[in-house]
Amino acid sequence: MASVVSRRSQRLREAVLGYLLILPALAVFGVFVFYPFARNFKLALYQTPPFPGLPSHYVGLHQVGQVLTSSNFLQSLLTTIFFVVLVVPAGLLLGLFLAVAAHRHLRGIAVYRIIFSSTVVSSVAVAALVFGTLMNPVVGFLPWLGINPHPPILENTTWALPAIAVMAVWQFLGLSFIIMSAGLSSLPEEVLEAARVDGASSWTTFWRVTVPLLSPTLFFGVVVATIYAFQTFGQIDILIGSQNAAYEHVNVLIYNVYTTLQINGDPGRAAVLSIALFLLTLTLTLVQMRFLERRVSYAS
Amino acid sequence: MPAEPVSDAPGAAAVLPAEGAVPRPQGAAPGEAHRPTPRAGRSRRRLRLVARYLLLTLGALVVLLPVYLTVVNSLLPEPALAHQPPYLYPSHAQWQNYSTAWVGGHLSIYLRNSVIQTAIIVVGQLVTSILAAYAFAFLRFPFRRTLFLLFLSTLMIPFEVTLITNLDTITSLGWYNTFAGLTVPFLATGFGTFLLRQAFLQIPRDLQEAAALDGYGHWRFMTRVAVPLARPSVAALAVFSFLGAWNQYLWPLVVTGNNNAVRTVQIGLKLLVGTNVSSVNVTLAGTVIAVTPLLILLIVFQKQLVRSLTAGAVK
Amino acid sequence: MAQIVFDQVTKRYGDVRAVDDLSLAVGDGELLVLLGPSGCGKTTALRMVAGLEVVDEGTVAIGDRVVNDVEPRDRDVAMVFQSYALYPHLTVAKNLEFPLRQRGVPKEERERRAVDVARTLGLEPFLGRKPGQLSGGQRQRVALGRAIVRSPKAFLMDEPLSNLDAALRVQTRADIVALQQRLGTTTIYVTHDQVEAMTMGHRIAVMDHGRLQQVAAPQELYDRPGNSFVAAFLGSPGMNLIGGRVAVEAEGGTAIRTAAGDVLLQGAQASVASHHEQPVVLGVRPEHLRISPGGALEGTVLLVELLGAETQVICELADHSRVVVRQQADQARPRLGEPVRIAVEPAAVHLFTEDGSRLEEKTAA
Repeated sequence: MASVVSRRSQRLREAVLGYLLILPALAVFGVFVFYPFARNFKLALYQTPPFPGLPSHYVGLHQVGQVLTSSNFLQSLLTTIFFVVLVVPAGLLLGLFLAVAAHRHLRGIAVYRIIFSSTVVSSVAVAALVFGTLMNPVVGFLPWLGINPHPPILENTTWALPAIAVMAVWQFLGLSFIIMSAGLSSLPEEVLEAARVDGASSWTTFWRVTVPLLSPTLFFGVVVATIYAFQTFGQIDILIGSQNAAYEHVNVLIYNVYTTLQINGDPGRAAVLSIALFLLTLTLTLVQMRFLERRVSYAS
Repeated sequence: MPAEPVSDAPGAAAVLPAEGAVPRPQGAAPGEAHRPTPRAGRSRRRLRLVARYLLLTLGALVVLLPVYLTVVNSLLPEPALAHQPPYLYPSHAQWQNYSTAWVGGHLSIYLRNSVIQTAIIVVGQLVTSILAAYAFAFLRFPFRRTLFLLFLSTLMIPFEVTLITNLDTITSLGWYNTFAGLTVPFLATGFGTFLLRQAFLQIPRDLQEAAALDGYGHWRFMTRVAVPLARPSVAALAVFSFLGAWNQYLWPLVVTGNNNAVRTVQIGLKLLVGTNVSSVNVTLAGTVIAVTPLLILLIVFQKQLVRSLTAGAVK
Repeated sequence: MAQIVFDQVTKRYGDVRAVDDLSLAVGDGELLVLLGPSGCGKTTALRMVAGLEVVDEGTVAIGDRVVNDVEPRDRDVAMVFQSYALYPHLTVAKNLEFPLRQRGVPKEERERRAVDVARTLGLEPFLGRKPGQLSGGQRQRVALGRAIVRSPKAFLMDEPLSNLDAALRVQTRADIVALQQRLGTTTIYVTHDQVEAMTMGHRIAVMDHGRLQQVAAPQELYDRPGNSFVAAFLGSPGMNLIGGRVAVEAEGGTAIRTAAGDVLLQGAQASVASHHEQPVVLGVRPEHLRISPGGALEGTVLLVELLGAETQVICELADHSRVVVRQQADQARPRLGEPVRIAVEPAAVHLFTEDGSRLEEKTAA
């Protein structure tokens, strides 16, 4: 009898301790993740009046439809997709290329690996200033490469976004290299050797064996790169800003959320844009999970 | 069991090569005539090795060129930046660019702020992650699975999505332009909890039982056994948190006001562009100053960094 | 079809010689087993034939061609890996076709040959499956199939049975032997399992610490081990090795004087009389020892192991060395701790020098 009671109280104590231990993290998540996330859905239903000081009023789904069909949103969405197309393949292929080149036990290879992964520590501000300077028309770098710096690239409606993409690729290269290297070194060595003995050239081995085996890593890379591209904000804010002639052409979703909220002071519209951004991210994550399930059958 | 007699091998004797059919190992091996080949092959291998190094070096140059030019430009007097062709090394280094950035650009203050902000976030994330991960790994309580999934779900919500309301919350708490406002929203991490829980689950159950028999309570088991054993993952999380916190941009931008009390170095860099102290070379000196701590971190903690960044990439 | 010749081949990893001055010829159509403990260099030797390791010194030849600088894909050898190394993203059919495809065999012929091979190996029902959906034994057969499908000059097998359970291993062992015999393809088979080596190999090459110890047909290797390493490595348990000195007895016989007693030599063995007073190692297999009141050696029973059909009696000698005596299960078993005398079958004695090499008897005949 006594032992039953003590066992029950012991279990209760364990449960209480468990809740106490997760409480700090849960509190932070509750206040700063779940609550604001849920509140977005409410904010999206209220329209901010054009003049400050007036109370916002309930408009239901009207605002959601209005924002999602606005040319501003569609332009922003297209810009985001264009940016993703510019950044993701280039960032991943360059990372894969460097990872393959460095995937050998050679003398001094550790130094190369550090160099290739080094851009992972650069912040958006650092990347922006490094490349902003190189693209600055008063600096002698672009003419040296044979590129006419006038009109300034970052004010050029055609080239501003690709220029941002170049620095995003450079900044992402370190992470891309690290991910690809880890993927390569997790491949079964004997399968690659089998391909060599079976008569495949290094080129065939790479495309017929390495790449298929690496596909989970490649896919993971695609998701990470896409999310990274979605979140590219600092470079645009620092180098271009909302006053720039090229603003319309670099106004990716995340930057749109920021300008709508901070510059235009319109939380309602910003909330709708946030939700759109979230849904894009969520879709990607779910696709990745599906893929991960499928890859289980790969394991031999 | 005796070794099985050889006669069991079907037909072994029949296929066994006659003594004369097998060339003697030592004497006149057929390879004798082709003696020079090893040298030719070795030089071809060497050529391929050189090609590979060239390729690697080319890649390194492309990656490093922007950084290198930044360092060079940060040491040049401003007019020299426009020089055609660009200077590839600082022939007359102008070190005062660094002191200008440091003093005039208030970088010393910004760096201090960044160190404080980053330290709070790293320590906070480590503490909350260790506690929560321990609970998820070692304790049993109702809704444990559901709560863990809830933790994981935070990974799917980009911070930017919560920006609007978080700004309201921080303002109404009176935390605008304070370290609390800068750091509190980041004091928990779903990723970190996940990473450490995985590490804790690797600890053999026997060890926990042995510790319990030795009279260790949960607290002592956590601090003396679980955390020390999970040290590689804890270190990986620390490096990852450091990187994320130090490089934050959007949140510090919106939550800090128009004075230098808590502005971080990333915002400081933005401010260097287009202020009166600003000239491009000084801005670049500031950039070098801001990135140096992280480069050191990378070189020292490369292994941990790679571990944390690839936590989801491979099995 | 081709012979494979190692000529003074050395492979170094840093200061370690993984393969040290290996000279060995594998005859055309022969199944040669490379046997040795793990880390003895047998796998490295095999991988040098495949071209997966660079030869540091010496030459490896396949057929009449030195292949040191030939790419693996141009060597026309097939390898079966310990982990099978199947392509996990390809079906069984595509796995079998892979080597043919690399050689530009047209599609129809590829498919036909893959089906043929699958039929031989009983893999036909699984052609559409991926390796992940097969059992260990089936995967093993796919690996074999991928090797035989393109009729290479040689098969290189690296412990291909070590991931199978015991029953399947015995069966597959026989299958491989039959297959190799039917195809008549030169085969090098690497294993650490002496039973596999004894049952499969036409000849066995025993390696240790990168050096070739002995090459011989299985029975010869067992009956006349070239040195004490081979003697102790082969057989389970291996040969008993007892230290002693040559002693020429007063009445003219020759004996080995050990700490546990004198073992009289007979016949050809007795010709070592010229080594009087020199230290030697006496080797005798467990089945050639017998517990007997008149035995030459004195010992104490340490352990009695019942193995069903037979019994192993482990005895400790005066110098604390141990010998294993094998006897039939129906023979009287000594008790633990009992002092016993152990008789040595004189004709079955092997003699080695202190450094392990065989002491050649001068055969009178």
